[in-house]
Amino acid sequence: MDLSLNYLGLRLAHPLMPGASPMADDLDSVRRLEDAGAAAIVLRSLFEEQIVRDQLGAARHAWGQGEQSEATSFLPDSDVFARGPDEYLEHLQRVRAAVAVPVIASLNGSTRGGWTRHARLMQQAGAAALELNLFEVPTDPDEDAAAVERRLLDVVREVRAAVDLPLAVKLARGFTAPANFVRQLEGAGANGAILFNRGYEPDLDLESLEVRRQPRPSTPADLPQRLRWLAIISPVTRLSLACSGGVHEARDAVKALMAGARAVQVVSVLLQRGPRHLTRLREELEICLDTLGYESMEQVVGCLNLLRCPDPRNYERANYVAQLHAWHVTEDWGK
Amino acid sequence: MGARQLVTVDGNEAVAAVAHRLSEVIAIYPITPSSGMAELCDEWSAQGRTNLWGAVPDVVEMQSEGGAAGAVHGALQGGALATTFTASQGLLLMLPNMFKIAGELSPFVMHVAARTVATHALSIFGDQSDVMACRTTGFALLCSGSPQEAQDLALVAHATTLEARVPFLHFFDGFRTSHEERKIERLADDDLRALVREDLVAEHRRRALSPDRPVLRGTAANPDTFFQAREASNRFHDACPAVVQRAMDALGARTGRRYGLFDYVGHPQAERVLVLMGSGAEVAHETVEWLVARGEKVGLVKVRLFRPFDVEAFARALPMSVRRVAVLDRTKEPGAPAEPLHLDVMAALHEAQRRGLRAGLPPQVIGGRYGLSGKEFDPAMVKAVLDELVQPEPRPRFTVGITDDVTHLSLAVDPDFDIEDTRRTRAVFWGLGADGTVGANKNTIKIIGGQTDHDAQGYYVYDSKKSGAVTVSHLRFGPGPIRSSCLIRRANFVACHKFELLERHDVLGCAEPGATLLLNVPGAPEEAWDRLPREVQRQIFDKRLAVWAIDANGVAQAAGLGGRINSVMQTCFFAISGVLPREQALACIKRAIAETYARKGDEVVRRNQEAVDATLERLVRLETAGRVAEGAPRPPVVAADAPGFVQRVTAALLAGHGDGLPVSAFPPDGTWPTGTARWEKRNIASEIPEWDAAVCVQCNKCAEICPHAAIRAKAYPRAALAGAPSGFRSVDYRGAEFGPSAYTIQVAPEDCTGCGLCVAVCPAKDRANPRHKAIDMVPQAPRRDAERERFAFFLDLPEADREAVKLDVRGAQFLQPLFEFSGACAGCGETPYLKLLSQLFGDRLVVANATGCSSIFGGNLPTTPWGTDRNGRGPAWANSLFEDNAEFGLGLRLATDVRAALARRLLTRLAPRVGDDLAAALLSAGEAGERGVREQRERVAALRTALARLPDDPDARELAALADDLVRKTVWLVGGDGWAYDIGFGGLDHVLSTHRDVNVLVLDTEVYSNTGGQQSKATPLGAAAKFAAAGKGTGKKDLGLMAMSYGHVYVARVAIGARDTQTLRAFTEAESWHGPSLVIAYSPCIAHGYDLARSAEQQRLAVESAAWPLYRFDPRRRDTGQPPLVIDSGPPRVRLRDYLRNEARFRMVEARDPQRFRELMASAERQAARRMAVYQQLATVAIPAFPEATEEPADASAS
Repeated sequence: MDLSLNYLGLRLAHPLMPGASPMADDLDSVRRLEDAGAAAIVLRSLFEEQIVRDQLGAARHAWGQGEQSEATSFLPDSDVFARGPDEYLEHLQRVRAAVAVPVIASLNGSTRGGWTRHARLMQQAGAAALELNLFEVPTDPDEDAAAVERRLLDVVREVRAAVDLPLAVKLARGFTAPANFVRQLEGAGANGAILFNRGYEPDLDLESLEVRRQPRPSTPADLPQRLRWLAIISPVTRLSLACSGGVHEARDAVKALMAGARAVQVVSVLLQRGPRHLTRLREELEICLDTLGYESMEQVVGCLNLLRCPDPRNYERANYVAQLHAWHVTEDWGK
Repeated sequence: MGARQLVTVDGNEAVAAVAHRLSEVIAIYPITPSSGMAELCDEWSAQGRTNLWGAVPDVVEMQSEGGAAGAVHGALQGGALATTFTASQGLLLMLPNMFKIAGELSPFVMHVAARTVATHALSIFGDQSDVMACRTTGFALLCSGSPQEAQDLALVAHATTLEARVPFLHFFDGFRTSHEERKIERLADDDLRALVREDLVAEHRRRALSPDRPVLRGTAANPDTFFQAREASNRFHDACPAVVQRAMDALGARTGRRYGLFDYVGHPQAERVLVLMGSGAEVAHETVEWLVARGEKVGLVKVRLFRPFDVEAFARALPMSVRRVAVLDRTKEPGAPAEPLHLDVMAALHEAQRRGLRAGLPPQVIGGRYGLSGKEFDPAMVKAVLDELVQPEPRPRFTVGITDDVTHLSLAVDPDFDIEDTRRTRAVFWGLGADGTVGANKNTIKIIGGQTDHDAQGYYVYDSKKSGAVTVSHLRFGPGPIRSSCLIRRANFVACHKFELLERHDVLGCAEPGATLLLNVPGAPEEAWDRLPREVQRQIFDKRLAVWAIDANGVAQAAGLGGRINSVMQTCFFAISGVLPREQALACIKRAIAETYARKGDEVVRRNQEAVDATLERLVRLETAGRVAEGAPRPPVVAADAPGFVQRVTAALLAGHGDGLPVSAFPPDGTWPTGTARWEKRNIASEIPEWDAAVCVQCNKCAEICPHAAIRAKAYPRAALAGAPSGFRSVDYRGAEFGPSAYTIQVAPEDCTGCGLCVAVCPAKDRANPRHKAIDMVPQAPRRDAERERFAFFLDLPEADREAVKLDVRGAQFLQPLFEFSGACAGCGETPYLKLLSQLFGDRLVVANATGCSSIFGGNLPTTPWGTDRNGRGPAWANSLFEDNAEFGLGLRLATDVRAALARRLLTRLAPRVGDDLAAALLSAGEAGERGVREQRERVAALRTALARLPDDPDARELAALADDLVRKTVWLVGGDGWAYDIGFGGLDHVLSTHRDVNVLVLDTEVYSNTGGQQSKATPLGAAAKFAAAGKGTGKKDLGLMAMSYGHVYVARVAIGARDTQTLRAFTEAESWHGPSLVIAYSPCIAHGYDLARSAEQQRLAVESAAWPLYRFDPRRRDTGQPPLVIDSGPPRVRLRDYLRNEARFRMVEARDPQRFRELMASAERQAARRMAVYQQLATVAIPAFPEATEEPADASAS
């Protein structure tokens, strides 16, 4: 069966690709991913904080660490610092030269500012598309949800203004009204939405009384939430949707596609099992869809979304009640 | 010739731009104030900028100026065009090679930012004592007085030397010219080509040593030949002045700027004339013109070519009408009949008269000294000298610029005499080194220089502190040329960028009536008036100042610029000074911001530009009408209970009135009291630590890591708490060694620099609110008064009984620090070691301190951080030079031993009279530890009593004077890696090779910190530093391993932030080893490029990644058959790159060239592993004891 489909206006051989991660940090891994059949390569995010920090760090060094009578600087000419993000661009160029599949660059930020210029630089460096990761934890109690959304949409507009590239926005979980927000993204000029991003998650160190941040690999348990929102959003938007997080097996990928995704990004399982797992996923995806009797991807994508699924209530709140009724306390519970 | 570019640069850049284009080999060694020239050349070569012949000059940093001179000497013999830059002691280290280079008639130019040679004190500032020490080398000495001249005469020197074959020392006043920014016309490559003849370059190359046409140079000659051969070069020196003049003429023809060997300025029939050279001549120029315009028959001869001295040209320059001449020397030659230029002028006039070059009565010549160590030289002083010449009997020898109430040589100066053109903008800005004021002002003069036809001048004065340094910028703009190479005395614009400076300094002293005042105020500008000190309010009224105010920090914070208020204050200046139309000025600032930060990134540009816009909304005119001067008066400069010398002298220096102190105020031999830093209350921290006794675990780590001894621990009898000020915090001490005791951690609120290190290392967290630690940073201002009182009470609490103190990390902090409140950088990594040294051994410590950061924060006036205990004992400290510290320290050891041996001999002789038992006890005392020291001191006291009963015995009198020498002294040789690894290595190696009891503490910052971060041989592989911008490609020299190879040297490598217990052990072991000891101490530095509050963590990473392995090599272990080497840090637990990536010095290599970074990193990892493998093997090797290991010279000489 032909697995090819359009995602963000790009024609992909199939929907599977490695998501933004350190996997694409060196050329060797990138080539291995392509050899394993990746439909596209997504580079690790360049973070707003990183860009701003590098710029301010460079400026701080240009300003000097305090001028003294015998020295007005303590390091050699510090203009080189501004090249921090340039390294990303150089890497992007190298990856692009090394592989035939589309290379998608990724930018992570949530406030307006000088860092969005890097979107344009990524375009110039040859990115086929751009992921904009709107990851943030809103901690300001004075900023209401609408204000958060406005701010994020401003960022999207700013990036949109900077590039002509296909632009996919990677969303955090926890929007009050994800469907509405995705619609607004459409208005702001996005071409796609990715559900959902994953950040570092906190853990508490009981001895040192410190909070630590650590990446948590995704598990299949992360999938259902994505399925729900893909299903709810896909009927109401023209954006290309992608599923990111929770896909570990081919059947997971099929579910994501049926819920409405046009692309499926995998990271954790590849980090665990290596790039070749991608080959297996692709092969099994094809077998699975064949077995299920599908003939084209257009039949698959969104076939079980909110509009087309037999019983939409199972995506909606009602299914919570049903589940409760179906749940029985067993004998050994509480032991 | 209008096509040349106008640029605003300082003297160093003006000169370097010529030297770099005309050189092939540049061998240098950093020394203030010449380092800028070398750094620029290095930067340009790193960027691939080529010289006139299309090659990139090879810039090589050497291990000393002696090395640089040797390298250029070799390069010249090899036929290359070579140059170097230096000053002061550096120049003196080049002397032997200079004689050689001149003796061999090698074309060569060195550029010297003339600086004081250290005598009774070191000084980084400008005078010509260094150049004057070179008069006999055979070099031509060519002097410039301004950045424009320095550029032009640099070319003249390079062009002339090729033809004349006389090497040139081109010099200009350090700081005053090297660091003065001026708008100059830049010489184009074609100008250089026009003056530098290719045929002469080729000739120079043909003289190169080559096996293809072998010759021999550098013979050893005998009495039969040397003299004649020496005279054989005469004709070259004789011809030189004419060659110089030809080059000057050629330059003049191209540029319109005409120079002579001697340039006359003034009345054509002048009767009174000054002769001088350098920047002072520019001041004199302006003053003479002013006086001539008012009918005075005065003039000035500017000396440009001082050597060879052209008598004829001098005679021609001096008008025949001159009756009296005053020669001014910016140097001092004690004991000479007159200073050098003065002598030369007298000799020249005498000869001119004899040769008939001048007719009539010879003029009367007097001479004086001015401007030593950068002392101001202004028009009033010029006038004072000219006035002296109208006296019936002018003083033959004088000084000007000081008050000499001892030998009464000084001339009176009229303080009100001022000639400054009132059309000029004269702006003075007070700021801090850290707030960007100087950078903004440099930008401002570039803007004004570039946007107007006006001349522009910028000069920046820094105090000698490394933390909280105060900067005063002096900017002049106006119709040119501006020749005022002196500070602004009457400003029509004064800005104070740091409000607190108004409390400590007479910021408005230089404001002229009606001037504009700009204040950066904390909080609402409208409320600023009431916060002004009363003295400032009065000055504002008296001088009718127009006051503007802005909360610049608020604006900068809001724009995301942190404490960088430079763009904000610069905008204010343009908005209210009227120096440019407002709109034009703002556009220029924004453009300048975009240009300055373009390569840093849009975000920085955006934030600064937003700050500019926000500034205009927040700048307000402060209405003074209807106000009253009822602010709080300024606090006294020093507390009322300060000692007399501090009140009389130190306080004047602190108040900025040092210039007004007379000669009699000063010790004549450079001897100063220690422990005066405690009287200087700088209040530079906006936040200080606050102690929560309930959370504290009493580990004392905060006190240990504090670079400034500004947070301290005491355990003391509870009874001592009587009379404690309110709020004084105290808890029960959790330890038994002192008996039941109370315990306090106390901050010195006015001495803390707010670095935050104490909070970072504090391990104690409030378990209910872990963000709150036993110490937290809190705003200083509201707590200042209360904490000041508490700190005073704390200081008066009894000190711990030194014998009862357990010598562990906690216990050591109960020992009184005798190194406190230095001017070191906030977060300095060197000072915790020095403080520990002073705590452990301070009452018997002699320190020889190599020049560098530690000598600057350790001994730079106005105040001294090395202190005394309650018995009046404390470290005795001296700085000799940079290069000789090991030898100097050895000398101190030898002398200490000589005194002790003499005392022991006398005591042996006097034993029957003072008591055999006492004498035997004194002579046999082992003095181990605090108890031993105390007991020996008690015996010495008993000895004194016994000696007092023998008043007629000359031996007894002599022994009484030497009795304290019977108590063993510990001699420590302290310095940085620049000293120990590079310039002083030869001496250090030699001193270690002896078996003398000296302890060497190397404060290893892995870079030349004091002069601004140039690489040393201690710089680790992969780190970027000046002269290693691409990342150092060679490994760090293993000084410790070298020292171990002697076998008898105690060697330790320590990192106090990583493993303080090991550091403490190493210090005590080193001190107790009666042979040489070497302790190499990891010292985080601002040159590493990270927030030093995190330096303890970074030290841990350094140790755990094996970047900085810890070990102790103790020769005593041989005696028990154990391997001397013990490695104190385990196998690497952290990846080296995780340590490196935290520091900008490594990160910038990665940013510049990731591939190179990866290679360097891999190489560094291999090297670290190799080094560790060597240590591990060594740590298994037991070495047979050497018989000489037990040798103790002091005892040997006594026996």
